[in-house]
Amino acid sequence: MSNQAQAESAPAVEAGAWEPNLLVFCCNWCSYAGADLAGVSRLQMPTNFRVIRTMCSARVDPEFVLRAFAKGADGVLVLGCHPADCHYIGGNYRTRRRIALLRVLLEQYGFNPDRLKLEWVSASEGIKFQQTIKEFNQLVSELGPNPINEE
Amino acid sequence: MNSKSGSVLVVGGGIGGVQTSLDLAESGFKVYMVENKASIGGVMSQLDKTFPTNDCSMCILSPKLVEASRHPMISMMTLTEVMGVEGEAGNFTVTLKKKPRYVREDRCVGCGLCAEKCPSKVSSEYELGLMNRKAIYVAYAQAVPMKYAIDADKCLFLIKGKCGNCKKVCPADAIDYEMKEEIEKINVGAVVLAPGYELFDARLKKEYGYKEFKNVLNSLEFERVLSATGPYQGHVVRPSDHQTPKKVAFIQCVGSRDEKVGNPFCSSVCCMYALKQAIIAGEHSTGLKSTIFFMDVRAFGKEFEDYAKRAEGEYGIKMHRGTRVASVDETEGNNLLLRYSDGANILAEEFDLVVLSAGFQPPAQAKALADSLGFKLNDFGFCQTGVYSPLETSRKGIYVTGAFSAPKDIPTTVAEASGAAAKAGAHVFANRVSIDTVVTETPETDVIGQEPRIGVFVCDCGINIRGTVDVPSVVDYVKTLPNVVYAVENKYTCSADTQETIKQMIKEHKLNRVVVSSCTPRTHELLFQNTIKEAGLNPFLFEMANIRDQCSWIHMHEPEKATQKANDLTRMAIAKSRFLEPLSKSRLGVTHSAVVVGGGLAGMTSAMDMAAQGFKVDILEATDVMGGQMNNLYTAEEGISPRQYIKDLESKVRANDNITVHMNTMVEDLTGFVGNFKVKVTGGKELETGAVIVATGAKAYEPKEYMYGKAKGVVTQNELEKVMVDGKFDAKTVVMIQCVGSRNDEAPYCSRVCCSKAVKNAIEIKKRDPKAQVYVLHKDIRTYGFREILYKKAGELGVKFIRFPENKMPEMTMDGSAMKVLVDDVVLGAPVQLTPDMLVLSVGIRPNDDNEELAKMCKVPLSKDKYFLEAHMKLRPVDFATSGIYLAGLAHWPKFIDETIGQASGAASRAMTIISKEYLETQGIIAAVNEMVCNGCGICEPVCEYKAITIVGDPAKEEKRKAVINEGLCMGCGTCVAACPSGALEQKGFKNNQILAQIDAALVGGGK
Repeated sequence: MSNQAQAESAPAVEAGAWEPNLLVFCCNWCSYAGADLAGVSRLQMPTNFRVIRTMCSARVDPEFVLRAFAKGADGVLVLGCHPADCHYIGGNYRTRRRIALLRVLLEQYGFNPDRLKLEWVSASEGIKFQQTIKEFNQLVSELGPNPINEE
Repeated sequence: MNSKSGSVLVVGGGIGGVQTSLDLAESGFKVYMVENKASIGGVMSQLDKTFPTNDCSMCILSPKLVEASRHPMISMMTLTEVMGVEGEAGNFTVTLKKKPRYVREDRCVGCGLCAEKCPSKVSSEYELGLMNRKAIYVAYAQAVPMKYAIDADKCLFLIKGKCGNCKKVCPADAIDYEMKEEIEKINVGAVVLAPGYELFDARLKKEYGYKEFKNVLNSLEFERVLSATGPYQGHVVRPSDHQTPKKVAFIQCVGSRDEKVGNPFCSSVCCMYALKQAIIAGEHSTGLKSTIFFMDVRAFGKEFEDYAKRAEGEYGIKMHRGTRVASVDETEGNNLLLRYSDGANILAEEFDLVVLSAGFQPPAQAKALADSLGFKLNDFGFCQTGVYSPLETSRKGIYVTGAFSAPKDIPTTVAEASGAAAKAGAHVFANRVSIDTVVTETPETDVIGQEPRIGVFVCDCGINIRGTVDVPSVVDYVKTLPNVVYAVENKYTCSADTQETIKQMIKEHKLNRVVVSSCTPRTHELLFQNTIKEAGLNPFLFEMANIRDQCSWIHMHEPEKATQKANDLTRMAIAKSRFLEPLSKSRLGVTHSAVVVGGGLAGMTSAMDMAAQGFKVDILEATDVMGGQMNNLYTAEEGISPRQYIKDLESKVRANDNITVHMNTMVEDLTGFVGNFKVKVTGGKELETGAVIVATGAKAYEPKEYMYGKAKGVVTQNELEKVMVDGKFDAKTVVMIQCVGSRNDEAPYCSRVCCSKAVKNAIEIKKRDPKAQVYVLHKDIRTYGFREILYKKAGELGVKFIRFPENKMPEMTMDGSAMKVLVDDVVLGAPVQLTPDMLVLSVGIRPNDDNEELAKMCKVPLSKDKYFLEAHMKLRPVDFATSGIYLAGLAHWPKFIDETIGQASGAASRAMTIISKEYLETQGIIAAVNEMVCNGCGICEPVCEYKAITIVGDPAKEEKRKAVINEGLCMGCGTCVAACPSGALEQKGFKNNQILAQIDAALVGGGK
């Protein structure tokens, strides 16, 4: 699997083609380390995401997600430690509940809830980080721009 | 001088010496770190990348060098040699000779004007002659200390009394031609030797044309070629014409496994570094094809086998196995013709560049050092140590670490370096001091209420960032942002000289926020925080942007977008930095004892080392027997069987008043934090402890193959040892099969010890019965280091080695009660049938089944192969990412007795850096309550996993209730903050306004 993952570079984007703006929250201990590992392993991926580090995924206040969408983000990805691996015992369980609620809320406001995604990426999962970014990019690309940006 | 010393002498300033010094210093001992060169860093500073993570060597080393150089407990003495050591352990008098630098260290600012004006060019030792330096020089741009030195043999003024340019131009008046050699005597309680190694002089292999043909390089020279700071700025070109080579040949075992040159041992690391160099060279230039000519691939370490597989499968590196390459000749256009054997044929192939993977040799000063300090060298001129005493020299109180005792890789060196610190500390622990008695902290500048003045330092990281991101344009962009009053590009922002620059710029531009845009805060934040602290800024007025790991490295083929992203990431960090506030830390007491999980060799060794310095230790042993896997090892090493050794060790442990052994006891729960853990054990008892060492071991693979357990005469190596010791061995033909349960689909890794064990037992059989036939069937023989001598000896005694293909294990059938083994002999190119009366399976090592459970309790990760995963594979080999928990022995990875002992002492030393302290400081980034806003609703209280929040009544106003945070318990996760409905809770360092500023900055211009 790693062969393939490494060999594939970022998909070539046609000049002028629309690219979504993705914001990614990573917890310090697992996901941010996983993202670093992707770097150390030179795993290539799309450029259109920006990472914000928090100590735990449970620090991701619902306000942060809403602010991101309000400011025009096309997709928000929250990454945390796998269930039971949270450096802070159970922070990721709270994140899971909050994100589920937020998705409901987003839908009520007319947003496609798939624009918000929660995924687990451990410190040893550089490849999973790469794949998560690629897949989320693909998904949001298909959803099109954040409706706020189209006004 | 009757008083016992609290100081330790460390000889050598490479990674080994630096780690020993840091551990000792952090444990409260004064350290004299002596280096005979003008700067520290050793060979690791010359390397481009390190295997198997391909981490940039300088990037991971530099923070350690800086830390050592600025540690208040470490006196760094460069250009200094040890002349003699008198006295005895606990009270040595050391005579040091300090060579003149001719530059005053207290004045030199490292500006480099002197070198610019120096007319005398000298071949650079650091660049192995591939570049020149001046007679006044620093070894490399990031050298520690960043102080120039004059090469007296080349300086025109010192030789002829002419020139004097440097003195004229030096703005700091630091040049002093009158400096003289000085002799100094110091009193220390113990000595640790870490002088490292030297590379084999490949000129002795005349047939390879080294130093004769321009395009034949040795491996260290090739590291410099690969390095961004090297002679070709990281472009892989050959010396003759500066063209990119298309075909590169790596020749292995140059000066290793070679009796003709007097080095019969294996150098242990060359296979891996050649694979690494071939991978990196391929990454640097497309179309470059590498071929590695080797005898065996010795990929025995953690993740090594994977790395070797990737090199071949993914990077297309051609692996040519055979006997040693016969010769290298120069052909037209400075190309090189290799002659080598392929089976029975002699082939010739042309290459553009040849790299000689040169082996390790003892350092040149080894003999003199041994004579003046009075310790013994082994047959090969390395420092003599024992299987059961890998860190001890023959003189009491003098210890050794790193490649000086045997060729070894960086992680083993670092683990041993910590181990040597534990050993040395045992002689001086009575005089331990608290660090704050020697530190004077820089008074903090008050920045509250000031308009942000932000300084931004953007790093090239050699070419790691600069190779993809247009760093100068990032600097230009950053300068346009509000509040940025200073921005600059650095080659390596983490280097010692840049730390000085940062401090200087803080003062010059009255900076009150610092942003570094470079690599990951996980490894480098602390370094920069300490730097700004030294300049009087609160360390929390610092923010980092990660434009390497999460930008240049993952967008290597999209430089424009990567540059845009680097702009964005830096802007986000700057946005956050505007809202940063100074934070304070409080002090917490420490429990001065440790819990060791596992009562085997590693666990008992760690416990003895900590008990020797007066700490109480609890050992938890899950079974009713101490000793673990050692109980199954019978063949004597150095005259003592492992079984006997472990029994003796158990007696010492049992007799030690500081150690309590708990049999049939496991960890049921682990709570608390570094310095203050609570370990709940079987039976419900709770142990309070400052540190935990995981030494739970591993198990032997139980073979399902080869009718093991069913057919008579099929045994494992351990069982063979027992049969021999019991005197029941009577087999006439013995076949040993290697890699049973290793290097297969189920366990893809190499179990490291099985080859040497088979060879050792084969010799034992031959010793007992020279007429017995012994066959060892294998994929590679991985007898690394001095174990290679055993391999050779086995061959001489008539043990037959048959190599079988990677993907085809030998087959075994029964013919009545007779065994038949069918093996494809790769060298012969034909199947061979053997009829042994004993079949010995070299079974692999497997991780324990309950690793996962313990890992979860300790909140530490496991590797892909389910062994415990250390914090950093290269430089933190016995630490976990969770502080206060350490790792040793088979739980980490398969390893030999000596390696386990070294690592266990290392884990003990790391634990003692915690439990020896009077107090630890809390994290700054904890939760805080705004009491004006909090209405005591209590939502946060159950959210906290650490029970750090309580709701109390306000003493002033009874009906008002509010949340209160216990700072010692708060771990700074921020969960409660996101839960607070009123916005009364904040996480310091990750406040709402700080993160919102980051979000806004990320999305400037909305959808773009």
